[in-house]
Amino acid sequence: MSTVPLQHESLAATWRLPSRGRVGMASLIVAECAIFTIFVVAYIYYMGRDVSGPKPHDVLEVPILGTVCLLSSSFFIWLAEHAIAHGNMRSFRIWWAVTFLLGAIFLGTTAQEWHKLITVDHLTISTNLFGTTYYSLVGLHATHVVVGLILLLTVLLFALAGKVRPRHSERVQVLALYWHFVDAVWVVVFTLVYLVGR
Amino acid sequence: MDAPSTPIPGGIEGALDVTPQTRSRATYLEVLHDWVVTVDHKKIGLLYIGFALIFLVVAGLEAMAIRIQLAVPHNTFLDARSYNRMFTMHGTTMVFLVGMPILFGFGNYLVPLMIGARDMAFPRLNAFSFWVSAFAGIFLYFSFIGGLGLAGTGTAPDVAWFAYAPLTERPFSPGHNVDYWALALFASGVGSIGTAINILATVFCMRCPGMTLSRIPLLAWIYATVSFLVLVTISPLTAAQVMLLIDRYLGGHFFDTQAGGSAILWAHFFWIFGHPEVYVLVLPAFGFANEIIPVFSRKAIFGYPAMVAATVGIAFISLGVWAHHMFTIGMTSLGNTFFTLSTMLVSIPTGIKTFNWLATMWGGKLRFATPMLFSVGFLFQWVIAGLTGIMLSVSPWNWQLHNSYFVVAHFHYVLVGAILFMIFAAFYYWYPKMTGRMLSETLGKWHFWLMIVGFHLTFDVMHIPGLLGMPRQIYTYEPDRGWTLLNQIVTFGAVIQAVAMAIFVYNLVHSYFAGKLAGPDPWDAWTLEWSTPSPPPTYNFPVDPVVASRRPLWDLKHPEDPDSAFE
Repeated sequence: MSTVPLQHESLAATWRLPSRGRVGMASLIVAECAIFTIFVVAYIYYMGRDVSGPKPHDVLEVPILGTVCLLSSSFFIWLAEHAIAHGNMRSFRIWWAVTFLLGAIFLGTTAQEWHKLITVDHLTISTNLFGTTYYSLVGLHATHVVVGLILLLTVLLFALAGKVRPRHSERVQVLALYWHFVDAVWVVVFTLVYLVGR
Repeated sequence: MDAPSTPIPGGIEGALDVTPQTRSRATYLEVLHDWVVTVDHKKIGLLYIGFALIFLVVAGLEAMAIRIQLAVPHNTFLDARSYNRMFTMHGTTMVFLVGMPILFGFGNYLVPLMIGARDMAFPRLNAFSFWVSAFAGIFLYFSFIGGLGLAGTGTAPDVAWFAYAPLTERPFSPGHNVDYWALALFASGVGSIGTAINILATVFCMRCPGMTLSRIPLLAWIYATVSFLVLVTISPLTAAQVMLLIDRYLGGHFFDTQAGGSAILWAHFFWIFGHPEVYVLVLPAFGFANEIIPVFSRKAIFGYPAMVAATVGIAFISLGVWAHHMFTIGMTSLGNTFFTLSTMLVSIPTGIKTFNWLATMWGGKLRFATPMLFSVGFLFQWVIAGLTGIMLSVSPWNWQLHNSYFVVAHFHYVLVGAILFMIFAAFYYWYPKMTGRMLSETLGKWHFWLMIVGFHLTFDVMHIPGLLGMPRQIYTYEPDRGWTLLNQIVTFGAVIQAVAMAIFVYNLVHSYFAGKLAGPDPWDAWTLEWSTPSPPPTYNFPVDPVVASRRPLWDLKHPEDPDSAFE
């Protein structure tokens, strides 16, 4: 292999670029934000335009437990990120497991809420505009939680098997970025659906 | 391979990589397997381009069917429903299965080579994105035979490419045609978003040493901007498709006007995607012009920073103009004024670009090879398309001409006169890099001149029936309207364009086997892709290149007068 080198060889040593994992995840989050924006706009647009009940105020209860769990999970995943960055694998496993558990509890409260809405209040996605927009917006978020939980669980299983090492710190942080996004979106969805829309 | 022995003008012998290219002959099955499992950005780029070319021919034939039907009044070549299917499939195919894939194909192929990278940031995501898009295309066309057809032609979608609600709702579109349309666009959207993420990560994270953001070729800047636009505009379309599918499959009411749903909301969601989509398609065409015009003018691009600023400016302004597609739906006077002005604002950055291209050519030593011919054609046609665009942005004028053939002529001036012309230029310019052989210049000249004549016959004349009041999407018309002769001229022009296309396809195939050998740098160009052999090896660069200016190959060929001395 013979090559005519281009100039300025010394530059290669100091050349630094952003991490492609972070940029890729940030790009995905931009796209996801656009998707959520459309669903949020539809929710706002159809608020109070229903021609038949049930209305949000009659059937929705503020999901305090689930919200506290989901939002605090962001703190615990940050602790896990911190732990793996400092090579502390034992606390990484603990904080990661706590994050997963809190996410799972959130999903459980959503399931319970939907079960009540469907069986007690007879509100389904085809009942009225509120049903359509509510289930699709909250469902879109729940779908992201499910995807996040699957990813968290995968890392958790690898971590318990001892396969996750401090050198995977950056990948873990990229995944955590997604989880932070899922939590941040819930702040918007929660405010809109349970505070403004109710 | 004998390619590396071709001298680069300026004294350097051979390509920068002279690793011997020994390859044993593979069986057909091995070759096929190789193409199916490949994660190499160049092969995926070629897959995208090949896939898009097939659909270009298919959608072109659909356009021919439309033109034959309209050639005479009361024609019975197509019945009303088949005609609806033809223009729906023509539009959907050209935007989602030709425009986007062909531009992503060139982006995939060129961006890593131009920034001195060995592959995209996420090679497997890249392969996934391509195969999802390919699936979407095959899925959409399966609708011709796959749906529960009423009679004869099956149930291809017939709701026009913008698929206005509530026509797309279950009661008005029973059967599966709209489902095919929505699911195909959903899948294609997933593929596009994947590729956009990939291109952004590639441009920002894979640049070779010295390739700062102020030195990357303008094409790479443009692809980064386009990818951002794809992220924020294809995603709303994907979201809207999910809503439509919820309506159709789960009984939702998003666009169900009987239950309080809104048809206008669909129009907003569609055009929030639909208008920036024009810029998603036209910006890569600008990118090709940015690379081709300087090389054939023998001058560096005029105003690099202004070009970057204009590109980003177009992207941002394009996000705030969508409702100019909806003037006739009815808005407040404030809305009309806002969208008229914001639409006119686009002409400022595009004007900057046009003047920069002219300034690049000014005083240059112009070489009118086929890529340059198509680029000059593009410049003229793009300006005219922009002028009719400004006319249509004026809301009272728009009320008069909305959904007439004037609008059809205007956007085909953009899509064919600007975008397709630059895609042809890109083919003539980069085909030697991709295959190692030149496209025939003689056939290229025939292609160009027939295309110019056919294009102007079709789309210049098409403005006039629009002004005379001929609406789009009608399958026939009365003989006493005075549209007959004009439509015949338009159809005649379309036939000439079809001949030009046939010459182009023949040129692509013929030159692959019998074209003149290209060597690494047939155009005496300045960007990094021309430092590799043609076609480039899988790894692109044997060692990471290190660059010190915007034109690394110029520096290499002219060590006595390098660009880097002026940066």
